[in-house]
Amino acid sequence: MTTPQAAAHNHGHDHDHGSSLSPIEARVRALETILTEKGYVDPAALDRLIETYETRIGPRNGARVVARAWHDPDYRKRLLADATAAIAELGFTGRQGEHMVAVANTAEVHNLVVCTLCSCYPWPVLGLPPVWYKSAPYRSRAVLDPRSILAEFGLILPPGKAIRVWDSTAEIRYLVLPERPAGTEGWSEERLAPLVTRDSMIGTGLALDPADAP
Amino acid sequence: MNGGQDLGGMMGFGPIRPEPGEPVFHSEWERRVFALTLAMARPGGWNIDQSRFARESLDPGRYLTSTYYEIWLAGLERLLAERGLVTAEELTTGRPLGAKLPVPAILEAPAVEPTLAKGAPTSRPADQPARFAIGTPVRARLLNPRGHTRLPRYVRGRPGVVMDDHGFHVLPDAHAAGQGEAPERLYTVAFKASDLWGEAADPTVSVSVDAWESYLEPRGEAA
Repeated sequence: MTTPQAAAHNHGHDHDHGSSLSPIEARVRALETILTEKGYVDPAALDRLIETYETRIGPRNGARVVARAWHDPDYRKRLLADATAAIAELGFTGRQGEHMVAVANTAEVHNLVVCTLCSCYPWPVLGLPPVWYKSAPYRSRAVLDPRSILAEFGLILPPGKAIRVWDSTAEIRYLVLPERPAGTEGWSEERLAPLVTRDSMIGTGLALDPADAP
Repeated sequence: MNGGQDLGGMMGFGPIRPEPGEPVFHSEWERRVFALTLAMARPGGWNIDQSRFARESLDPGRYLTSTYYEIWLAGLERLLAERGLVTAEELTTGRPLGAKLPVPAILEAPAVEPTLAKGAPTSRPADQPARFAIGTPVRARLLNPRGHTRLPRYVRGRPGVVMDDHGFHVLPDAHAAGQGEAPERLYTVAFKASDLWGEAADPTVSVSVDAWESYLEPRGEAA
């Protein structure tokens, strides 16, 4: 669903107003005008929604959760027992994170999260999902051949390591707790957090090696 | 419904294509579609399951060749048209023609932050004991409802094991149909890849879905 053909494909009505807007730009602008003039939407609310998810909520939130779980064994236990409450301790709550479950990677098991039916994703800790997560190649194949997906992300797991795929078909939202990288003993939460990549919390990556720390 | 959204196990879509820089939005119209969709749920009076059903009701050919926010836009237009909030003529002309219909409330800017922080929890008090204990062998029922469902095709009829019990949650099938919340117990059910895809499947892989109690039936044999 992200092919250039699709992006260029005109599904809309033609708005021949002599403007330079593309058909879909004109269609959306018209819709917003109608909804605003009818009094159904507050344009300032739209701006606030966009600003929230474009600039304020993103995967650095989840990285703080993971870093704390690595650093504090009691927090890790709380996170695995009741992720919604443990994540709320850091102030991350709300829409698309109402019912959180954290799944821990171990030496034996690697976890991978997908939503085959739409685009379910834990917004309060990861922000809005990247296009590939919402697109047909990932959604179709994550449940059928997850090892090939991981390989495309450059992640080659040992052949015997079990892969557990979580298809988010309800309102439960999953956060992968990646394994703590070796060589980080004694590190503070603040130092650990930059090792936690967005992909490591979906399962399409691992946490960074300390040598690769940003 | 067996629509274009039910992608698990399909083939031929090619490699994953991560984007350089991964912009949250690619253009202004995507921003506006995202925000309009979130903001219109309150005045429109629809729930998340009705939103999802509107999107997956797109013709499968169109669903599979549309970008993500093109699908959202089509779903929003459908929800608005169904309720008479925006007419087809208004969409065509780009001008408000009809009167404003009475709506329950609109989302005002100061309410955005508290509304997002509160979210919309779907858990409900449990009023029945669990039919399936954790560890119970179950089978996903073979169902093909015409309405909305969250039971993907690739698990229907397949044997799995209950791994977790999340208590009662709003049932999407009823909720999308405007039949109330009809809460039911929600389980996480794990399937061996070989039970989903056949003997050639990777023996180290298991896949779980979250399934409401009415999606499941008992099975006699041991897991």
